[in-house]
Amino acid sequence: MDNKHMADEVKMSVKNLDLYYGQKQALKNINMDIHRNAITALIGPSGCGKSTFLKTLNRMNDLIDNVRITGQVTLDGEDIFDRNMDVTMLRKRVGMVFQQPNPFPMSVYDNIAYGPRVHGIKNKAKLDEIVEESLRGAAIWDEVKDNLKKSALRLSGGQQQRICIARALATKPEVILMDEPTSALDPISTTKIEDLMEELKRQYTVVVVTHNMQQAVRVSDYTAFFLVGDMVEYGETKELFTYPKDKRTEDYITGRFG
Amino acid sequence: MKRRKVIEQTAKTIFTICAAIAILAVASITFYLVAKGIPAAREVGIGKLLFTTSWRPTAEEPSYGIFFIILSSLVSTFASIIIGVPIGLCTAVFLSEIADRITRSVVSSAVELLAAIPSVIYGLIGMMVLSPLMYRLEKAIFAGNETHQFTGGANLLAAVIVLAIMILPTVISVSASSLQAVNDSLRYASLALGATKMQTIWKVVVPAAKSGLLTGVVLGVGRALGEAMAINMVAGGAVNIPLPFNSVRTLTTQIVSEMGYAEGLHRRVLFTVGLVLYIFIMIVNFILLKARRRELNE
Repeated sequence: MDNKHMADEVKMSVKNLDLYYGQKQALKNINMDIHRNAITALIGPSGCGKSTFLKTLNRMNDLIDNVRITGQVTLDGEDIFDRNMDVTMLRKRVGMVFQQPNPFPMSVYDNIAYGPRVHGIKNKAKLDEIVEESLRGAAIWDEVKDNLKKSALRLSGGQQQRICIARALATKPEVILMDEPTSALDPISTTKIEDLMEELKRQYTVVVVTHNMQQAVRVSDYTAFFLVGDMVEYGETKELFTYPKDKRTEDYITGRFG
Repeated sequence: MKRRKVIEQTAKTIFTICAAIAILAVASITFYLVAKGIPAAREVGIGKLLFTTSWRPTAEEPSYGIFFIILSSLVSTFASIIIGVPIGLCTAVFLSEIADRITRSVVSSAVELLAAIPSVIYGLIGMMVLSPLMYRLEKAIFAGNETHQFTGGANLLAAVIVLAIMILPTVISVSASSLQAVNDSLRYASLALGATKMQTIWKVVVPAAKSGLLTGVVLGVGRALGEAMAINMVAGGAVNIPLPFNSVRTLTTQIVSEMGYAEGLHRRVLFTVGLVLYIFIMIVNFILLKARRRELNE
């Protein structure tokens, strides 16, 4: 692969990223290219910084007091920390799905239409179209199409999580960040979401935090292993799990700690 | 072992008696008001009492019409809610969503203090500050008007303003705690979709807290409806149709101002007035109960 092609493949690029909570350094000199139309898994034990890193990519860390970030993160070459970067536009382009399903206490329809509405879409026909498209995209259309007015809170946990994915899709993002999206779900719902992730990568770039190594192996194309704020190893998933280069990666994936 | 059992049993009895006192108090108040109020209402005629406007209890041909009094209570409560609730809600949003920790603690202590001030002080300040201002306004507005009865600044408008301030602490503290109870995950979900902070507040947080906010409003209504002392000091006290610059009398001040000297039927009719007020308060509480129950169901 020549260099130019490589550059096209990169959707987001992280260079020399350091992150501090007050005095404590939570991320240490992270360098990483996130590939377009691929699933990148972030693995590591609790407190290793993988979720913190994920939240840096759509600047959700801005919401926490005393966070200081140095280094560079680019989205299609644009610096996301640039003064001219509109953070609401960044978050529209880089959507997020959380660990606990967190639908709004509104109808299914209003949940999905929320993002487009805050970004100024008022046309009913257009919203209808987006809602259907997003729900189909999240593989839950058939389950809710007759009950779009029903409160999203009345759905099961697995359905709620797919509603949240649909809600993220509705703003037409380019990148979707998922923070342990299946850890609160039963195995059947987990399988559904994993299948869905496979579908999503055709259109989107997906970054998923998981503490479940089997999940990383099953769904991801690339894997990064984090340990106490360091990114120890990053590479193609198959490679990393079969021939880990670092002793610590090997210890973790073979279950010696974690 | 036996000793322990005795202590347990005694404690249980004491607690039960304490709980019974509350029930007994409510039951006896209700009974007393009904027993005293209903016969007087019958005597005057319920329709005549509730829907006529002339209140002349000491005239040779006494008349007991409390329509304007009921209306004054309702209008002053409603108007103070219209003014106080938006201010209270915005303060609550500021406290819960916008203010930093230091500002929040300063403003919340101020709000708590506001709640602790006795109503007679509100009345006093109203008399000293509001009434002169009202009088000046009145003189300007009704200059040359022959039919207007000048009140010296003690009028419905002054009562409404004082009430609006008095309900603030209730509305603010109940609303702020219901906003704070909204799970942060909803705020994050909204922000992560690219909503601004204000969009998040008005489109997600406030709707999610709506039953708690309603509770705050209803408690405010109860407070405004039941307030006597402050209104007695700033509202003038004449039985009048509730217009902003009229001296008015509400259900509460009606009782306060006449109970001291009333006799016979007049006295018993004042109990009927109390009963009417009591019924309004019960309605408010019933709405509150409904709202709470709905909140639990959601």
